[in-house]
Parts: sequence; C-alpha cells; structure tokens
Amino acid sequence: MDAKKLTELQKNATEIRMGIIEGVHAAGAGHPGGSLSIADLMAYLYFAEMKVDPKDPKNPDRDRLVLSKGHAAPALYATLALKGYFPVEDLKTLRQANSHLQGHPDMKKTPGVDMTSGSLGQGISAACGMALCAKLDKKDYRVYAIVGDGESEEGQVWEAIMFAAHNKLDNLCIIIDYNGLQIDGAIHEIVSPAPYEEKIAAFGCHPITIDAHDLLAIEAAVEEAKTVKERPTVIVAKSVKGKGVSFMENQVKWHGSAPNDEQYAQAMAELNATLAAL
Amino acid sequence: MKLGDKIATREAYGKTLVELGESNDFVVLDADLAEATKTVYFKKAFPDRFVDCGIAEGNMIGVAAGLAAAGKTVFASSFAMFAAGRAFEQIRNSVAYPHLNVKIAATHAGITVGEDGATHQCNEDIALMRTLPGMLVINPSDAVEAREAMKFALEHDGPCYLRFGRYAVPVLHDPDTYTFELGKGEVLRDGTDVTIVATGLMVSMALEAAETLSAEGISARVINMATIKPLDGELLTKAARETGAVVTAEEHSIIGGLGSAVAETLSESCPVPVLRVGVMDSFGRSGKVPPLLEMYGLTPACIAERAKAAIAAKKV
Repeated sequence: MDAKKLTELQKNATEIRMGIIEGVHAAGAGHPGGSLSIADLMAYLYFAEMKVDPKDPKNPDRDRLVLSKGHAAPALYATLALKGYFPVEDLKTLRQANSHLQGHPDMKKTPGVDMTSGSLGQGISAACGMALCAKLDKKDYRVYAIVGDGESEEGQVWEAIMFAAHNKLDNLCIIIDYNGLQIDGAIHEIVSPAPYEEKIAAFGCHPITIDAHDLLAIEAAVEEAKTVKERPTVIVAKSVKGKGVSFMENQVKWHGSAPNDEQYAQAMAELNATLAAL
Repeated sequence: MKLGDKIATREAYGKTLVELGESNDFVVLDADLAEATKTVYFKKAFPDRFVDCGIAEGNMIGVAAGLAAAGKTVFASSFAMFAAGRAFEQIRNSVAYPHLNVKIAATHAGITVGEDGATHQCNEDIALMRTLPGMLVINPSDAVEAREAMKFALEHDGPCYLRFGRYAVPVLHDPDTYTFELGKGEVLRDGTDVTIVATGLMVSMALEAAETLSAEGISARVINMATIKPLDGELLTKAARETGAVVTAEEHSIIGGLGSAVAETLSESCPVPVLRVGVMDSFGRSGKVPPLLEMYGLTPACIAERAKAAIAAKKV
C-alpha cells in the first residue's frame, strides 16, 4: 500500500479504538484490552482487504470474518459501524437491554456479523464450514477467523485446525491475537500454547508471524496467505493487549473492565491526539 | 419396506439420505461412525457432499454451523451420546442460538445400543435437546416415520434433533400413506380408561400393552408422540380429560424426557395421574437388547402394570 493508504488505515484503526472505548465506557462493562489489540487487524481486513458491502451484508459471495474471540465484540462493532453497517451512535448502546449490540457477537441481531460467537474455541470450526461451503460451491470468497491466544487452550481450536489442513482449506486464514494475557494472568503462567509456529506447521498449516500493529506486515501476511495453496494459513499476530491507550497496555485488569469517566476522558484524549498526529 | 418388517430407524435414516440426496443439495457430516450411523450410504452415493470430520464431534457441529451460515442445509451425525452429549454446548451456542439450518441426526439412542454398554447408551439426549429454544426434537417410532420425519426436517428452516435407534423395530406405519406432521401426536388406538403416550421403539410395546389390557377389560388409548418438541398439548389434554389417567413410555431417562414433558404440560392444562415408564435414573449396561429391556423395565408388561396403577390413582 502507498503512504496515503497507510495513513488512512492508521486513522481507521484509531477510530476503531475510539469506538471500542465509547462502547465499553457507555456499557460500563466489556473487554477493552483484547478489543484494542485487534484494532489494526480489523482496520486492514475491513478497509483494505475483504470484499464486503455494508449495503448488502448477506451477499452470498462476500468474504467472511468469524470473531472467534467473541469478547472482542466492541472491536467488531466499531469496525462495522465505521464501515457503514449501522450508525456509529449505536456503539453507545452496547450491552443495553434494547440494543442490537450484544455482549458477544450475534449474527441474527447485528448487520455484518457473519457468525455468532463468544463461547471460546468454536469459531474456527464455523469458519471451516464456511470455507468448505465456498469449495463445494466453487466460489472464491475467503474466510477469516480471529482467535485469542488464551482461546487456543481450547481443544476444539486444534480439532478445527487439523480439519482445515486435512481438507486443504486454503481459502481460510486464521489469525491468532497473541497478546500474551488472559483473565487469570500471563498466558505463559496459565497454560502456554507456545511455540505456535511449530504446532501450526506440524498440524499442516502455513504459519506466518507478524507484529499485529504493523499494517504493512499485516498486508504482507494476508497477501502471502492468498498465495498459499492447499493449506490454510495461520497468522500469529503478536500484539499488545490494550494497544493505543497507555494505561491499558499490557495490563491484565483491562481484559474485562470498563474505564470510569476519568479514564474514559484520558483514553479519548490520547486517541484524539494519535488521530491528530496522523 | 412393509408393515411388520423389522428395520432400525438408523437404517431408514441412511437410506433416506440417499433418496433425498438425489434432488437436494444438502451436506452430510459424520464423526468416524458412518458405518454405524448409516451415513455410509450417502458417502458412497454422493462422496463430494459427504465430509468425515473424524473423532471430533464439537468441531463437526461447528463445521455444520458454518456450512449452514453460508447457506447449506446440513445433516450431522454421530451417536446420541456424542452428538447431544459431547457436543451439547456447541449445539447450544453455534447452532441453536443462531437458529442455523443444521439437522442433528443422532443414532444409537437409549439402552438398545446393547453390548457397548453405559458409556455409549444415551438416556439423556431428549432432556438436553428439548431445553434449547427453537430446537425441534423428533423421535420416530419406526422406519416409515423416520423417513417421513427426515423429509419434513429437510424442508424446515432451522435446527432439528432427530433421534434414531440401532435396534430393529417393527414397521407400524403404512409406507405408502403415512405422512409426518410436526407437533402432532398420532392416536394409534382409541380407549377410554387410560392413555399410553409412547415415543420411539416404545410405541410398538405400548400397542402390545393395550392389547393385553384389553383382554383384562381395560380400554387403553395409545398415542405415538414422535415430536417431543413442540409437544402436542392439545391432544394430550383431550386424552387426559377423556381417560383421566396417563402413562408415558420412552427409552430414555424418566428425568427430562417425554414423561417430564407430558407431566409439565398436563400439570398446567389438566392434572391427572401421570406415571412414567423409562430408564429409572440409572446408567445402562452391556447386554443383548431383549434382556436389557427386561432389566430396565421397558416392556409391554411394565407399561400395562403402570397403566393399571395410573387408573387406580385416579380421583374417585
């Protein structure tokens, strides 16, 4: 991508981060840390890569994204709102009883959500089903699945990766948000899934490791995935939990708590400054 | 097939998949049990639309959900234990909650699995599945009903749990005239003293029990309740009102299955004695099917005995 597009995507990512903070603050609950860590990935996928049309969210030929780590719903909602699937104002209704924005993604309530998710470990399986459908129907749409690193402690994640490799689902690209923190602490102190690359290769997939906040690296990895034939690609995206809001970065406590009014103001001030500097 | 033939409902499932597969573009998934669930027939006839997911039932249900989300109708099969049991949460969150078009076709339900024993004998699947909002639960009594229920399931847009058995059971319905109607019980025999509501392979036993009771001067109504959800409350209430006593019969735990569903319904609409025949809160065990049915009280004699007890319990 050229410098102009890079700046544009950096702005998109910052706006997604602002949408995350808006939503979680208004809800008084939610998961900002793991939402902020995937903001750059979401910006690249929805604003540079995926063939999707907010005016035709059910188009059978569209690319699809399964947010397997469904607790990062604020990132998905902010992205979809900025893309035009629904008003950005809706983000402030996150988790409210009359809102279409559930605590975890619901494909039957929110336009643009391709798969209901939230119960960890299940999203890659669904993404496999979508990718398999494309193969059966001889269509060229691609399917993305974003998985948490902690989530990869679930056995079904590896069942699904094995299935994807066996069925040569090269139209499937799995992205592991490797931010290193889960609710109970550092992932290497709970049950470490490391090393990923060796496991992924041994399971028959193509591993690529990148910095999850480097849009050029994201672009290179997603482009590389499209050239890999007969094997799914798994991108190990090394990220910073809470990325973009200084006091949330690398702090376990921001996995699942909302900023108070003061913290909200500080977070938005930082993100506005980031935006202004772009 | 014809009336009186003995055919397992899993056999009808496998054959009907092929029959329906000729003109319908659905996908069939299995978890390394195709020979046993009989999806092997479909695998041979339509290899491009059959995917063996291996021994990974949770993943299979997720793959089914993804296929359905992308527009396919899917039949996903395993034993009841590993479909409804092992993959309950995947069915709940990836299929039922988004109301996706996945038909969970579970074979080897109940203790008539036989020799494999308790680990493979699922007596809890009806209970698990009927708690899920929007999930249909259908337990056919014979091969004809199994075939017709599948035709319905294929046309229905949404999740459905189909319960099939390993053991050969008599064909009770005329294959040329029977049509399946969702949520409608079927009065197989009229009666005035007691109503026996049965499902699955207990239906033929209920008819035998009614015959025995008749010889003793007791008039028993027999209802085949193939659809457990949605339950035919109207027919049940009418039967309770007219006969004053009800016995349920199922190859399933007495907790949470047909008996519970009937009791829940009638306690609200027309409280009468409801006595349950089923697996009495215990695990199964290995054995040939006939001695197992005797040991677990799943026999015409047990149904008849409970029918008499239900009549005795009526308010005078």
